[in-house]
Amino acid sequence: MSAASGKDVRETRIVTRRLHEVADSYRYAVARADGAYDQLAAVLRAGDPADVQAQVKASGLRGRGGANFPTAVKWESLPAEVFPRYLVIIGDEGEPSTFKDRELIEKDPHQLLEGVAIEAYACDIHKAFIYLRGEFALGYDRLVQALADAKAEGWLGTNILGSGVDLDVVVHRGAGAYSGGEESALIESLEGKRGMPRIKPPLPIHAGLYAKPTVVNNVETASTLPHIVRMGGEEYAKLGVNRSTGTRVAAISGHVQRPGIYEIEFGMTFREILYGIAGGIREDRALKFFLPGGASFQWLTPSDEHLDQVYDIDDISAKLGTTLGSGAIMVYDETTDPLLVAWRLAKFYAHESCGKCTPWREGTGWIEKVLYRMSHGQGRPEDLDLLLSISATVSPDVMRAPFTQTTICPLGPSPVSAVASIAKYFRAEVDAACGVGVAGAATAGVDA
Amino acid sequence: MFSPELLVRAHEIIAQYPDPHSAILPLAHLAQDHDGWLTNEAMAEIAELVGTSPADVQGVCSFYTMYQRRPCGRLVVSVCTNVTCLVVGGPEVLAHLEARYAGDDDVLVEEVECLAACGNAPAMQVNYEYHEHLTPEMAAAVVDDYKSGQLRARGVSGGTP
Ligand SMILES: Cc1cc2nc3c(=O)[nH]c(=O)nc-3n(C[C@H](O)[C@H](O)[C@H](O)COP(=O)(O)O)c2cc1C
Ligand code: SF4
Ligand code: FES
Repeated sequence: MSAASGKDVRETRIVTRRLHEVADSYRYAVARADGAYDQLAAVLRAGDPADVQAQVKASGLRGRGGANFPTAVKWESLPAEVFPRYLVIIGDEGEPSTFKDRELIEKDPHQLLEGVAIEAYACDIHKAFIYLRGEFALGYDRLVQALADAKAEGWLGTNILGSGVDLDVVVHRGAGAYSGGEESALIESLEGKRGMPRIKPPLPIHAGLYAKPTVVNNVETASTLPHIVRMGGEEYAKLGVNRSTGTRVAAISGHVQRPGIYEIEFGMTFREILYGIAGGIREDRALKFFLPGGASFQWLTPSDEHLDQVYDIDDISAKLGTTLGSGAIMVYDETTDPLLVAWRLAKFYAHESCGKCTPWREGTGWIEKVLYRMSHGQGRPEDLDLLLSISATVSPDVMRAPFTQTTICPLGPSPVSAVASIAKYFRAEVDAACGVGVAGAATAGVDA
Repeated sequence: MFSPELLVRAHEIIAQYPDPHSAILPLAHLAQDHDGWLTNEAMAEIAELVGTSPADVQGVCSFYTMYQRRPCGRLVVSVCTNVTCLVVGGPEVLAHLEARYAGDDDVLVEEVECLAACGNAPAMQVNYEYHEHLTPEMAAAVVDDYKSGQLRARGVSGGTP
């Protein structure tokens, strides 16, 4: 089966419309003919940055990087009259199975640049950095070319369209580090340091890049702004459900018929998303479990309660304690060993620890070791309880979702989500794999 | 080491930032694309260009996975085995390439974390160019095409071919 060619009537394509429906949408002439920069022109003509802020507030837009923080509220916290101030856009997508920003960067860089320019204008910012994941070589080439074209056409740079407004945009490449996606770590990295999260406060909005006020937003967040301007905030807010307004670009992967990125209006159920949008499970197998919001949060199962859960930021955390996180939805069929998935996630987290916090640096390494033997036929009967007790040092009250943070950034307790999930949903299977209740169960020769 | 043309580019990069220290990662990419790996000499030169110590530049660069600290051959093949690739054949691609290019000084095969290509898993990059939807045999054919020059490779730091 080839990838996401499937057009489903129920997608609501706003941010992803151009990249799906216009060939070569990354090219300046193509994007411009399709209306790129029209909204920037309208905003500059109107000359009312406060109105842009008001529209974004009315839209109810919440950050699409994973933390769901209301974008307009972040902007409002900028200290008045402190300059210079900076805008930093996160395109450092590294969360396992999250791949929406990569597509937005590679296929529609002009939409991103238009959003960046609108955001900078609304916040009275004149220098912006777009931080790309180092591995995104094609995205870097495309964005650098887009930037050069936009500048040559007068959409960026000095005295944009004769408005007197200046904006300098720099595309910056990282060099491989997941913790660098956390906003303060990203700022450290942008200052030419190791990508380690800072202790907060101060928040970046008060003292971020070079200790100056810094607005940090995700690529999808910025890419949505031209559409909020076009539609008007109130109209945008009519999409979605409750306080989850608009659409979300979900990256669906794993054992579905049609993996890929899909733009989903908030309010759909997971059943509709997995079986309608993504075409159901490959080869008509049974669904075993899925991760509704990326690698860091608790898993869900094929129960009616979980499949009928609505894609709503607040509802899912209130009812099921998990979150929509980075927008990734990972789907596993009946052939999957949950221990193997849990182990691979723990391996990722152990590898990506920046090393600053002890519970994380030490605890995650142990979780990975125990999960390794459990998932490779060498588990011991006491292993699940051992795992839960190690996890409690990283995140007390292990089973609680999302998790309890003992560390500088939320990366530390993330692997505990997988541990809690297997303990909650797959205890019997795990016990069987580890020889619980079997006399003289194999514990042969594995040293953790 | 920075040639005169490379130095011009280096100064352009530095000038983009309010603080030259911010240019360390981009300059290290520039040097690595040129030299094929990140040498101590290049890091010392970067230190001088941005006004810091060589130890500072080494401390920063060693934190990031993309910098090669010893000669690595012409091709860096990065195979993903994270959770989506894991369940659709990523580890098999990795094992096949590791066996096939063991002892080949031209090719460094490495296991990496999610490449944000999970919609088309399993995936790998060759010098940061994506190749997706792989089988072990297809992956080897791609690497061979780079080896023979049939496919033009980016720099080892992903610089434009
Ligand atoms: C460990 C860690 C990794 C993160 N990685 C990313 C990332 O890859 N991309 C991203 O946009 N946000 C990431 N975030 C969230 C950002 O720090 C930040 O909250 C968010 O992107 C801000 O932008 P938004 O409000 O527009 O979402 C990460 C957070 C943590 C704690
Ligand atoms: S939890 Fe601590 S050690 Fe882990 S990435 Fe965050 S700051 Fe670094
Ligand atoms: S898990 Fe392999 S590319 Fe994402």
